[in-house]
Amino acid sequence: MSPFLFWIFALMTLIFGAGVVINRNPVASALSLVVSFLGLAALFMSLDAFFVGIIQVLVYAGAVMVLFLFIIMLLNLQTEERRRINGLAAAGGIGVALILLVQICFVIGHFQAARQTFPPLARSTTDDVWNIGALLFSNYNLPFQIIGVLVLVATIGVVLLSKRQPR
Amino acid sequence: MDFFFIITSLLKIVGILFVVILPMVSYAVYAERRVSAFIQDRLGPNRVGPAGLFQPIADMFKLLLKEDFTPRAANTFYYWLAPCLAVMPAIITIAVVPFGSTLFGVPMVIADVNVGILFVFAIASLGVYGIVIGGWASNSKYPFLGGIRSSAQMLSYELSLGLAVVPVFMVVGNLRLTSVVLYQIGHGWFIAPFVGDWMNPWKWLLAVPMLISFFVFMIAVFAETNRLPFDLPEAEQELAGGYNTEYSSMKFALYFLGEYAAMITGSAVIVTLFFGGWHFPGIPDGSHGWIFGLINIAVFFTKVAAVIFVFMWVRWTLPRFRYDQLMRLGWLFFFEIALVNIFLVAAILPYSSRL
Repeated sequence: MSPFLFWIFALMTLIFGAGVVINRNPVASALSLVVSFLGLAALFMSLDAFFVGIIQVLVYAGAVMVLFLFIIMLLNLQTEERRRINGLAAAGGIGVALILLVQICFVIGHFQAARQTFPPLARSTTDDVWNIGALLFSNYNLPFQIIGVLVLVATIGVVLLSKRQPR
Repeated sequence: MDFFFIITSLLKIVGILFVVILPMVSYAVYAERRVSAFIQDRLGPNRVGPAGLFQPIADMFKLLLKEDFTPRAANTFYYWLAPCLAVMPAIITIAVVPFGSTLFGVPMVIADVNVGILFVFAIASLGVYGIVIGGWASNSKYPFLGGIRSSAQMLSYELSLGLAVVPVFMVVGNLRLTSVVLYQIGHGWFIAPFVGDWMNPWKWLLAVPMLISFFVFMIAVFAETNRLPFDLPEAEQELAGGYNTEYSSMKFALYFLGEYAAMITGSAVIVTLFFGGWHFPGIPDGSHGWIFGLINIAVFFTKVAAVIFVFMWVRWTLPRFRYDQLMRLGWLFFFEIALVNIFLVAAILPYSSRL
């Protein structure tokens, strides 16, 4: 993967991620998030993590965001009016963000491993779908099953909540 | 990333898109009209050119020259974006489908990724945006209702679509679509496993869940591509046309194109998963000479055309479901069948000695 493609997709993810917050139209925000997810998926794929990337598209862009959009449209939300900027709050927000940035720089500066270039990863001989499956059913079998039970409970909860009460 | 790879990929993309898919889309519209005419004992369009074969060209000119009208209340940017979003996913999906063996040593698949079928589902699930946004951006009641209906329908049937093909990949043991085709060459098509060790009774037992999986998948594809037994998003009589009511001229044509392109890619996936892809018994693959490579591609698209014919046949034979019937069918019937089918295959698979 050339760095050129990396910059394109990284910029795409960041710009549309910012677009989610900046847009005043809720539908436009939701669609920006979809494009941001697509950029993120492309970044995953550039690391040869095809499975994670494609699941990102399938689950978030294809299913979750469609539901979001569905609800936004059903609620018929209007475009927010542009509020007047509260100077004090804006200054406070920028100040906190700057302090956090300085702190992160400080911490990374004192972290030895962050200064070395990362050693090149060994290319796996088996493909990544197989690797994920093998790990899920061997090393992480118990957490995997616990998550399965959790999802089942959540599903039953949703069915119960959405069931109409008999009069 | 060498030069040869880029050149061959570009040639394949341009070739498959402009030589095969787009002409196939326009002639699918023509075929639809002819098939419907024959089913209803009419003649259909037969005036333009021999047997009406130039009809799609005439249609294109008509649609291009019509007035392109944008409603005043519409949200212009999204109104323009939506038809493009309806066409794109359908065309991108074809990238992972192997449409031939090899031609001059070049594999006839644009991107042979190891998550093949998941890629198909992921990109196909983006197709719903074109319809939803089109319905919303028109800022009108009927398109909006059509868009909402379609998003609910497509989300519901995506579940059966995904679960229905799990058995196929349990047997193959790989998500790559080319390996599905290779498996079927060695062991017979999933729909009719006559090749290989066909005397093995367990294998015939395995063919039963494969048949179930095929039917559930086929029906889910009907629903995903908004074809007739499930064409509620654009039910003409109830919704005045559905999500595309406010569209005119080429933007309307793009929606039309998207629907037929989705149908073609859906048929291509069905052929790849269940009908052995480009394989036909007795015809070797492209490594035996370029002529066989071409024949393999022709075999694949002939099969696709046959599946498209079945799509049309169903459309002009069956009446439309009511909306609540459609939802009940999807959630209480196909979803469960597909789920039970997975367990059935898992129970049979250990005995069929992995073939």
